[in-house]
Amino acid sequence: MQGNEACVEGAIAAGMRFYAGYPITPSTEIAEQCALRLPQVGGRFIQMEDELASMAAVLGASATGVKAMTATSGPGFSLKQENIGYGCLAEIPCVVVDVQRSGPSTGLPTSPSQGDYMQARWGTHGDHPVIALSPSSVQETYRLIIRAFNLSEKYRTPVIFLMDEIVGHMREGVTLPRPDELIINKRHISYHDGANKQCYAVPEGKFVPAMKAFGQGERYNITGLAHDVSGFPTNNNAVAGALYTRLMEKIGRNLDDIVRVEEYMMDDADTAVVCFGGTARAVMSAVEQARAEGMKVGMFRPITVWPFPEAQLRARLPGLKRVLMVEHNYGQMLLEVQRVAAERLPVGFLGRIDGTVIPPADILNKLREMEGRENAQ
Amino acid sequence: MPSELIHKYMRIDHLPHIWCPGCGNGIIMRDVAVALEELIDDPEVNVSREKTVIVSGIGCSSRAAGYMDFNSIHTTHGRAIAFATGIKFAHPELEVIVLTGDGDCSAIGGNHLIHAARRNIGLTVITFNNDIYGMTGGQYSPTTPTGDRATTAPYGNYDRPFDIAQLAAGAGASFTARGSAYHTRETTELIKQGILHKGFSLIDVFSVCPTYYGRKNHKGGAVEMLQWQRDNMVPASRYYAMSEEKRREKILVGILTHNEYPEYTQEYAKLLEKVQTGK
Repeated sequence: MQGNEACVEGAIAAGMRFYAGYPITPSTEIAEQCALRLPQVGGRFIQMEDELASMAAVLGASATGVKAMTATSGPGFSLKQENIGYGCLAEIPCVVVDVQRSGPSTGLPTSPSQGDYMQARWGTHGDHPVIALSPSSVQETYRLIIRAFNLSEKYRTPVIFLMDEIVGHMREGVTLPRPDELIINKRHISYHDGANKQCYAVPEGKFVPAMKAFGQGERYNITGLAHDVSGFPTNNNAVAGALYTRLMEKIGRNLDDIVRVEEYMMDDADTAVVCFGGTARAVMSAVEQARAEGMKVGMFRPITVWPFPEAQLRARLPGLKRVLMVEHNYGQMLLEVQRVAAERLPVGFLGRIDGTVIPPADILNKLREMEGRENAQ
Repeated sequence: MPSELIHKYMRIDHLPHIWCPGCGNGIIMRDVAVALEELIDDPEVNVSREKTVIVSGIGCSSRAAGYMDFNSIHTTHGRAIAFATGIKFAHPELEVIVLTGDGDCSAIGGNHLIHAARRNIGLTVITFNNDIYGMTGGQYSPTTPTGDRATTAPYGNYDRPFDIAQLAAGAGASFTARGSAYHTRETTELIKQGILHKGFSLIDVFSVCPTYYGRKNHKGGAVEMLQWQRDNMVPASRYYAMSEEKRREKILVGILTHNEYPEYTQEYAKLLEKVQTGK
């Protein structure tokens, strides 16, 4: 199965029944597969007139109670950003898949890149919460997209599913879990008759308001303006401030639940290679080769790429002598790694932006170089 | 009684509205409310308050959604029709009404307008067409007549304007009509027909903006601008009785196009059945 296909099958298993999209390489197979598969399961597929409309339609559909998804790549991800922000502020769950390609602009449409890492965090304007997950294999894509939907429902926020061309177009054998093995967060819709003037009130002990759905018996308002608990615009600074703070904290106070990492050969490692997504495949190979040469190297891979796994990396620092960041960009996650680690140890960087993959040999050379340089000092 | 209508179908906690004195938008919002009230009260048709969703974009017009006591969503600039497409396609049993403006739906949202019209998805789009960007203080819009002034056209507008209803009709909208703030009875009736029509319908309603468009162009106040509508816009009953030469000087208030084309969500329902039964 191809990575893009696994994304669709996982999403359908998660309960996704609405897809709106616009064709763009290298994510197009996701739209094609949704067009084929969704009618078979009673779902709805629509090819919209543009990327902005796709994002808008997904939010509209989700507001009626349906789990909804769209997929795109770099240029389209840029176009979707305004409405992603709408989803953040109005707290409308949905999943936005970005199969990254080389950019900026039209760039290298069929070439791998991880250049949207920062855009996934800061693409839409204003301070806002973000959850972004990044798979490194076809198998993981299937399970992780389910987790993307679950987090989206639980925290009432768009979740960015940050794939890359490597994983999206890779074909691998996949073992599909039985449906009863999967944990799926269903959309729980609460409603009462008549006008709901408390539709954005947060129940005691919760961090988000209960979900509503249009057409289920009650009347309420959704807006992209700062709003009070009634869902209507407010210019009251205290009310707006409390809303923005809650939006940030619903993610910030639940990091244990949201953040996941994979650690490979890290227990006795003095060198951590940090990477995410498809890059992990070359890194794992390089780690194994380095181990064969006697170097104590491990891999630290954020699966939740936003929020960045700060606590998890910090916990590893006492045992480490150095960190190497490997990513297909000019140094984006590097900035996060430096923020966490650079005061305590040297942070090396290996990146590539010419549209080709980073081979394990380059990573191995970089590891040798880092260790050798320090030994020579 | 107007006050009964307000208590029944407006969110009185959120009134007074933000529109300027003399703005035509309140009249058009009332027409929408009366149209919905009459349809909801009519046992012959299946329109209910709970199944009605009002969608708007950004601009003066789009504040109307929040004042009306229905399900409502005030979306991003230009995207109301795209959000509405998602709502209607996900739940075709919902009556989805888009309240938008000339800038919102024919400039920044023009692509969504023509494609929703092409699909013939069962939305009812009502444009509060005031020939100007009012919320931002009077810049020219795609419907500002050539030669007229705006804050971004200090020497006169050198753009050619759109006729939004003709634009939608050209893109395949199966029901298009024109109303005005002055012709409330006719406009209310056109909105009702638009809602009942199975397919994409657009009612382009001429509003009046005395504060920006009127003042910049010496059109007088609200009364004079409404009198202009009375004198230059003619309901269909009288329009078609006029000679062709006379008609050329007047603007029709009435239906422009009315066709029965397959509706998008109904066609998709057929596709679903075909795929699932294998027939």
